[in-house]
Amino acid sequence: MTTTDRQRVTISASVDGKTVELPEGSSVLDACRSAGVGLPTLCYGPTMTPASACRVCVVELEGSRALIPSCSRELEEGMEIRTGTDRAEHSRRLVLELLGSASELDRSEEQLAGWMTMAGARSERFGPPAVEAPRQPPSPGHHGSPELAAAATVYEPAKVEDELYVRDYSRCILCYRCVDACGVEHQNTFAIAVAGRGFDSRISTEFDFALPDSACVYCGNCIAVCPTGALVGKIEYDMREQGAWDESSQEITRTVCSYCGVGCNLDLHTQDNRIVKVTSPHDHDVTLGNLCIKGRFGWSYVGSGVDG
Amino acid sequence: MDIRNLLYRPTEAEKSAVDEVLGPPDSGWDGGSFGGLDGRVAYGGHAAREKRHMLLPALHAVQDAVGGVSRGALGYISDRLTVPPAEAYGVATFYALYGVDETGITTIHVCDDIICTQYGAEALCDSLDDALGSNGVRWERSPCLGQCDRAPAAMLHQPGKGYANAAPVDTRSVRAIGFDELDPGVVHQDRSELALLRRVGDVDPESLESYRASGGYETLSRAVDLGPMGVIEELERSNLRGRGGAAFPIGVKWRGVAEAPGPIKYVIANGDESEPGTFKDRLLMEGDPFAVVEAMTIYGFATGATHGYVYVRGEYPTAERRLTRAISQAREAGLLGADVAGSGFDFKLEVRRGAGAYICGEETALFASIEGHRGEPRQKPPFPTQHGLFGKPTGINNIETLLAALYALQIGGVPFSALGTEQSSGPKLFCVSGAVDRPGVYEVPFGATLGELLELSGAGKIGAVLLGGAAGSFVGPEAMSMPLTFEATRAAGATLGSGAVIVFDDDTDFGPVLARIARFFRDESCGQCVPCRIGTVRQEEALGRLSGGRPLGSRQEERKRLDDLARVMTDASICGLGQTAASAIQSAIRLGLPGAPQ
Amino acid sequence: MFGAGGGTSSYQEIEDTDLIIMWGSNAREAHPIFFHHVLKGVHNGARMFAVDPRRTSSAQWADVWLGIDVGSDIAVANAVGREIITRGMYDEEFIREATEGFDAYAETVESYTLDRAEEISGVPGEAIRQLAHEYGRAEKAQICWTLGITEHHNATDNVLALINLALLTGHVGRYGSGLVPVRGQNNVQGGGDMGALPNKLPGFQDVEDAESRSKFEKVWGSQIPAKEGKHISLMHEAMDEGTLRALFVLGENPLQSEADSTEMERRLRSLDFIVVQDIFLTATAELADVVLPAAGWAEAEGTYTSSERRVQRVRKALDPPGEALDDIELLSRIARAFGHDWPTPTAEQAWDEMRALSPLHGGMSYARLEELGGLRWPCPTEDHPGSLFLHGRLWDRPVSGGRAPFSSVEYAAPVDELTEEFPMRLTTGRRLDSYNTGVQSGRYESPRRIHGVLDLSPEDGVALGVSEGDQVRVSSRRGSLTAPVRFDRSLRPGLAFMAVHFPDDTDVNVLTVDAWDPKSGTAEFKATAIRVEALA
Repeated sequence: MTTTDRQRVTISASVDGKTVELPEGSSVLDACRSAGVGLPTLCYGPTMTPASACRVCVVELEGSRALIPSCSRELEEGMEIRTGTDRAEHSRRLVLELLGSASELDRSEEQLAGWMTMAGARSERFGPPAVEAPRQPPSPGHHGSPELAAAATVYEPAKVEDELYVRDYSRCILCYRCVDACGVEHQNTFAIAVAGRGFDSRISTEFDFALPDSACVYCGNCIAVCPTGALVGKIEYDMREQGAWDESSQEITRTVCSYCGVGCNLDLHTQDNRIVKVTSPHDHDVTLGNLCIKGRFGWSYVGSGVDG
Repeated sequence: MDIRNLLYRPTEAEKSAVDEVLGPPDSGWDGGSFGGLDGRVAYGGHAAREKRHMLLPALHAVQDAVGGVSRGALGYISDRLTVPPAEAYGVATFYALYGVDETGITTIHVCDDIICTQYGAEALCDSLDDALGSNGVRWERSPCLGQCDRAPAAMLHQPGKGYANAAPVDTRSVRAIGFDELDPGVVHQDRSELALLRRVGDVDPESLESYRASGGYETLSRAVDLGPMGVIEELERSNLRGRGGAAFPIGVKWRGVAEAPGPIKYVIANGDESEPGTFKDRLLMEGDPFAVVEAMTIYGFATGATHGYVYVRGEYPTAERRLTRAISQAREAGLLGADVAGSGFDFKLEVRRGAGAYICGEETALFASIEGHRGEPRQKPPFPTQHGLFGKPTGINNIETLLAALYALQIGGVPFSALGTEQSSGPKLFCVSGAVDRPGVYEVPFGATLGELLELSGAGKIGAVLLGGAAGSFVGPEAMSMPLTFEATRAAGATLGSGAVIVFDDDTDFGPVLARIARFFRDESCGQCVPCRIGTVRQEEALGRLSGGRPLGSRQEERKRLDDLARVMTDASICGLGQTAASAIQSAIRLGLPGAPQ
Repeated sequence: MFGAGGGTSSYQEIEDTDLIIMWGSNAREAHPIFFHHVLKGVHNGARMFAVDPRRTSSAQWADVWLGIDVGSDIAVANAVGREIITRGMYDEEFIREATEGFDAYAETVESYTLDRAEEISGVPGEAIRQLAHEYGRAEKAQICWTLGITEHHNATDNVLALINLALLTGHVGRYGSGLVPVRGQNNVQGGGDMGALPNKLPGFQDVEDAESRSKFEKVWGSQIPAKEGKHISLMHEAMDEGTLRALFVLGENPLQSEADSTEMERRLRSLDFIVVQDIFLTATAELADVVLPAAGWAEAEGTYTSSERRVQRVRKALDPPGEALDDIELLSRIARAFGHDWPTPTAEQAWDEMRALSPLHGGMSYARLEELGGLRWPCPTEDHPGSLFLHGRLWDRPVSGGRAPFSSVEYAAPVDELTEEFPMRLTTGRRLDSYNTGVQSGRYESPRRIHGVLDLSPEDGVALGVSEGDQVRVSSRRGSLTAPVRFDRSLRPGLAFMAVHFPDDTDVNVLTVDAWDPKSGTAEFKATAIRVEALA
């Protein structure tokens, strides 16, 4: 009846010698997962086109010179995929080490720490983090002399510009998820983009304008996809800074937004009978995890909620 | 779309520079002044968003006119092209040749890459702060400017006038760079015996008549007679492989585009020659631009593409100008346009300028650049023949490959395949630079040895040769007998790469050379994938520590770090830049070159 | 539409359609996540038209924007219909087999030439022609609208004019083609579903139909009045006549949300008794005799129905503050105070009783709603997957059920005429970060908040000699207020805009007209004649 039902063709491939069968259109990552192999992912978001940027999910593919990102590679008939080779494990470990050497990862999605441990990633082997200095405007094609004794980082002071968001880019791993969520994948506001080049790349508004002076509409759909806590709600940021954020004591209640009639599903995160954060489920087809400013932030009217 | 306009307004000069390339605005909604029916009807949507590919040309227009991209200019361009300002800013700050948030700057770009430093570039740079004073003139270090046959090189950018190359320069002449164009460069061999270089310096590059008088456009006629499939079969018989570095069989590629489904296809000439030590495509574009146009016309004809681009490196203003002129003459002569040479084939060709980004030589990054985006490569597959420029099937070859194809069609596929070796057919260009008496572009059949090539160019005592540029690898004097073919270099663990042959004499300290290469990759990494974005930084740091004698932990640990970085960049980067960013350094270490980390 | 009280299509369909017409809807700001689906459609290649007096942020995405005069929708729609007929682009088979009243419709629209529509709407006939041709030719097309269509004195006619276009071209009852009114409030669709309409029982069953009534009476154990009740505008009349003397207001703030608020306050003050049940002490509650503090959102269980007819669960996450009680508890206690033996049911028990009586909702158990992330009605049984779109029956041959009727509707100018004294058109609407009268949205810190201002075109600003931020006096035939000026490029000269969110600062409903649509009871918030004067 619908045009979205397409004929299902099954693709057969092997993962670490084990045969898997998946519907056409599946990714190599899907195949690995179906074979019970848990690969780390960072830039990959289930609701977005893979950016293929972080390379933390790379695996070996028979016949391919380089390793392939499993998240973005479409599964093909007869592929022989190897996830546990020395080469693949080496790259995944190095990627994690490199990320940890350049960005602060202590507020990342909780699996990250586990992946680091599992891979034996030691970011400190690239030296202590370089002295923190304010970030200069982009200068593509040029950079200052490296410090050598310390590892250059993406440090910049946290941007606290309003009561809703904090942009703490020292934690940014440049996974592109926020840019894609603000852009063509979800929100289509394009308030932020990657500016500069190479290691000097950073997420930026035009001319690094403060967020309130930018095109930002405060939907928070960037926060929703940030894997490292670089983008975070102000309440959560403040509570974390005060040591009051306690995820283990929080409850999550699924409900529907109280504003317009679109019917966005909300997950209310409550701590001590107060709402502390609102998200939307990524797997619900109305929102795909997205909300507008009212849905994500407009709840402080609720009786005992945190009132900004 | 609902982009938020910037509050800054453009100056009249900025506005007219942009309007010069985009035409005047259609309405108030298109950046013009409001009035008429603007309050009643507006056209936007898909058509407005499809103008994005004009972003780089528009940025170039203001950069050239006023010496920088101001907030007002960026805002106006955003309005005109329906590009969100944050994205336009992201694009403008990606390319080294745009000065963002400033105007009125005259800039001298001074090459300090590994060839020019052999010719005193460091001393030149050291003198510049004093020499230039501060009267609105700034100087910047630049990666290779593609003038390695006459190092050291510089390039001037002056508001209102644009770019000018100068080479060789010294402390005095660098202050007085003018806009007289340089010759393409000396061809040291007997042109009458050459195939690809035979017209360079012989025909008038600004005259279609001159090109025709030397046999130009006879191959197009032959191609029309052969028909599209005939052309492709001829190329398949020629066994011609791409000269850009990947050595992909050209017949397979052209057939792939021709047989790809869909009515819209593109062909592209990759003239973004940025590999340090490489300047052959510049010579061809400057000295024989009509041949590029003719080859592209045949490319379009054979593949069914109706639209072609020549993407020229931003540092090559003369090539860009001559190609533009050649295209317009060809159009006037009916050799481009609705009915090419009476064949009924419709083909449009245009030139696009790069803006200072090595990465844009990578084919998918080049697509992104033409489309008006940051030059970030895309994960392959899908391959360009299926999903290329604007998501359409696209054929892309570098300039030398296209001229080799033109030559193969001229003499026939079978005779072409008889030149060179079985696996590497045809003539090949090499850019010999550095410690030689006669640096320049040399044309030899595949199979000539490195020693023979260096003899032609007058090399003395050799410490090492860097084959293939920064992305290539060093070979030592023992490699003189190595035939210069795809297969022989691969067997030796080296690569022909772009055809750069950079010669270092036997008292070279390779420490600074490797440091420059490491700096180059850090500067030119697009920043998209982690292995390359951070790996190139860590590589430069580790190399610096080792050569400075202050390793982090033991030297062995430091070496291990370098090896680990090389491995992850090679194995896991998205594109060839990251995959080769450690290649030259690792080869120098393997060879134990003086100054390389041990 | 054609007897069903909901939009015909699901959100996913707009991602797969070929042509999207946003007519009187600024979904980009008012329904942002619905607009995500629209944008997916646009990125998938759909063409988009926007018909709106303002070139809103939604309209800026359109391939073509038609900046019509406020209230000229029917003239434009009829001209589109005429053009489709004249050019033979209508679906002859569909009209013949599945509709009725085409000939009368064709006759009605005959006078709506492109020239006439241009004259009435101000939009070039060529743009109207383009809309007609693209809608006529599209394989799949959707028309979406919101309050720009319905907050008019002839709201129902406006809607019918759009429905006519869908019938003309067969753009209804098929996947990807449909008519999509996007609902302004979280559960306005659910309110309708539950029979919170003067003429309906739950599941859109007619209150004047004896059979339906008796089904409910059996379960409810009480007599249901056999005549339909009054909608809001008729209640106003009854208050004025003195026949309506007491008011029980649940979760509404009519003092500030109704047109002509001066008049509204007089009315409310004239009543004998007012009870307000709300989560806030609203302006209306201030006038009440009894205020019942209710548990709010996130403090109670239940369901909402969204604009795609999807019923979804809402849940309690927090304990209500102070003495506030769940609405069900309050209503049960009131019933007990009246002497009825009502236990307090759980939300699920109340729901199960309702779905046993409403075939549309029959299959929607709480367990299924939970498991499936909601279900779209009709969903009669527990093995029914719910319905993506409505009216597929119109494509059965022979058509099952009744035929879909064309309606002949004529253009009628807004009630509040522009004159020399009131030369400017004021229209109203929402802004992205705010909502209705601001009782909820006013309580969080939005960096995007634009407080009570009068939006003018920059040209009108120049003509008035005012700069942004300057105070002006805005007067209509009913009242006047002062507000600072803000320039907005989306407005053309002669058109002004005010948001409805800040009644305490700038109560736009001091200005609006109390004309209302006799068929739906909606007031004409969208078309007020005003005069703007600079204050020294």
